[in-house]
Amino acid sequence: MTMLGDRQQLAYIAAQAADARVNVELETEGMTLNIGPQHPATHGTLRIIARLDGEQVVWAEPSAGYMHRGYEKLTEVRTYPQVTALVNRIDWLGSFANEVPFILAAEKLMGVEAPARAQHIRTILFELSRIANVSLFLGDLGVQLGAVTPVFFAFRDREYVLNLIEAATGGRFHPNFDRIGGLKDDLPAGFIDETRMVMKKLRTFCDQIEDLLFGNEIFQSRTRGIGVIPKDVALQYGLSGANLRASGVDWDLRRDQELPMAWNKADWKVWTHPDGDSFARCWVRLQEVRESTKIVDQLLDTIPSGPVMAKVPKIIKVPEGEAWVSTENPLGEMGYYVVSQGDQGPFRVKIRSASFNNISIVPWLLKGVYVPDIITILASLYFILGDIDR
Amino acid sequence: MSSALIAADLAYWAQSLLRVLGGLVAVLLPAGTVVYLFLFKMMSFMQSRLGPMEAGPYGSMQLFAEVGKWLQKEDIVPANAQPEARIFKMAPLIVLASTFLLVVVVPFGPDAWFTDFEVGIFYALAVSSVSVLGILIAGWSSANKYSLLGGLRAAGQLIAYELPMVLAVVGVVIQAGTMNLQQIVVAQNAGSMFGWNGVGNPYILTQFVAFIIFMISVQAELTQTPFDMPIAESELVSGYMTEYSGFRFLIFFIGEFATAGVFAMIASVLFLGGWGVPFAWFGWTDMDSIDNWMNVVGPLILFTKMIVLVFFIMWVRFSFPRFREDQLQRFAWKILIPVSLVNIMVTAVLKVAF
Repeated sequence: MTMLGDRQQLAYIAAQAADARVNVELETEGMTLNIGPQHPATHGTLRIIARLDGEQVVWAEPSAGYMHRGYEKLTEVRTYPQVTALVNRIDWLGSFANEVPFILAAEKLMGVEAPARAQHIRTILFELSRIANVSLFLGDLGVQLGAVTPVFFAFRDREYVLNLIEAATGGRFHPNFDRIGGLKDDLPAGFIDETRMVMKKLRTFCDQIEDLLFGNEIFQSRTRGIGVIPKDVALQYGLSGANLRASGVDWDLRRDQELPMAWNKADWKVWTHPDGDSFARCWVRLQEVRESTKIVDQLLDTIPSGPVMAKVPKIIKVPEGEAWVSTENPLGEMGYYVVSQGDQGPFRVKIRSASFNNISIVPWLLKGVYVPDIITILASLYFILGDIDR
Repeated sequence: MSSALIAADLAYWAQSLLRVLGGLVAVLLPAGTVVYLFLFKMMSFMQSRLGPMEAGPYGSMQLFAEVGKWLQKEDIVPANAQPEARIFKMAPLIVLASTFLLVVVVPFGPDAWFTDFEVGIFYALAVSSVSVLGILIAGWSSANKYSLLGGLRAAGQLIAYELPMVLAVVGVVIQAGTMNLQQIVVAQNAGSMFGWNGVGNPYILTQFVAFIIFMISVQAELTQTPFDMPIAESELVSGYMTEYSGFRFLIFFIGEFATAGVFAMIASVLFLGGWGVPFAWFGWTDMDSIDNWMNVVGPLILFTKMIVLVFFIMWVRFSFPRFREDQLQRFAWKILIPVSLVNIMVTAVLKVAF
């Protein structure tokens, strides 16, 4: 007999049990459906192995790793400034947000703090990447549930945000703009007015999506009561971000922790929802986009003047030590545990990405649902494959 | 369109040829129009984009470009479907055949019809379910789990929605007193409402409930959103069509939109007065007194009404998310069928009372 890992063995036993149940009770054959690695619903190469009884899922297990790019290992042979180019690609829809916690961790080790202006602009770009990320979720949600129109609205309005990010950083998708001690550049001329206009457009977009999708009865009947995650289960599985807030846990790292960022300078609200179902998760994200536009608007008014770069040596060497910094990224809590031995590059970086933990609940959540609900649940959990596989 | 007048003078082979050509036009023209006008252009405008603009003026030749592309593609039969390759290849043809069978009973003008069938609507509803067979065969013979799920969903859905469709039509049949589609058209256009015959008596007014149920069922029969569970692209890739490529996919595609056109024609015959205009406008009283030019204008009128109805079908398609299949069945059995039964009862009572 081949040696199986504990986890695989458990999965094997569960599959056997599932077979037995299907065969004994209904005298029908079960079917194993591989959703992915290439499948329209998995936006990447996630594979979900589902054992079906008719259209009902008896047992399901996500199988990640088809797009593993080895970023944690790669960081060991890169210098600190080079690492930001790598971590950009983890959650590719909200790239700038990936850079921030890493840079903050490195700054923490070096004892450097970015100037106030840089902190402000960082926060603005962070929120812009959140909007770019989550607004695409709102459109994609429609496609997953069969409505083709919202996704085009999402792409249209997201383009404005990407243009802003491009104007400020030079890159639409992968800005690589954050530096230890501040930012690469100051904002371009006209950025502030342009951003205000775009935020207005984004709020209109949110209203449109709310009318078109959230108010639709079919949408509600497809998402309400589907994939309910109770509060305690959500905490046990280590969910974070909107998935956790939708289960009624009032938890937002932007508010709850002290970081050299500008979130506490704006007035905004953390939305939660008591239901914990798919609808709640989608709704919380919609509100999040609205709050983000509010944060950006307020921060634009109060950008302090001054330099965008603190005094740091040309060749960055981070002193020996260990640091953990996590932020509330578009997908949830994203953190970096940086171990330094005083070299130009980190000795080891452990990346805690939100999606990996968020989809760990999938086997628990998919038990007993119908095949169409798999898609609803996956869409509402909202993962980015790069964020799972790293 | 071959007409009775032509039929009287021509040899059998010539008649047959004309009918075949007419059938091709009656199936392909609506399909092409629907695809270009709605699927390409209207959908694009609703989604704040332009749609095809390159091929021909305003992208009007795009469809020919697409057909050319499909024709060039390889006709792939999956390895696991090889033992039954013949059945696999046959399936799209069965689906399209049901459309052609359907179009033969649609009247296009006083003398412009393929066949004047006494039980026309009965026949139409019967042959429309032939496509289920093709879909099931396609789903099963593809040897693909997604196709299988799609095929089974399609079978369940199409059979469930056949019922409200038939029941909705019963109301019209009771009111018209005939199952002949030509007679139903005449009954609507020659009719009057409380003595006023300005607009005839289109059954959309008296049978409004039946009209709504019929259109919902048509939406489901065509597997358009919100009833597109069988081909749900985000979960079943493309349902029963997943394994088809090239020309065979094209046939499924034509079948889908041609059927949309033909069902819309049947709906406009049943509820909107078909090819006719209210007879009182021109002083006609019955079939024989209709001027001959209606044979030319009639098809255009029918075509216009079809476009209007397909517009609604497509409008719903582009804006709604899809039902889950248990919700979809519940909707058919718990709402549509009881409502249509009540509609039949009320229609029958009123028919006897007046």
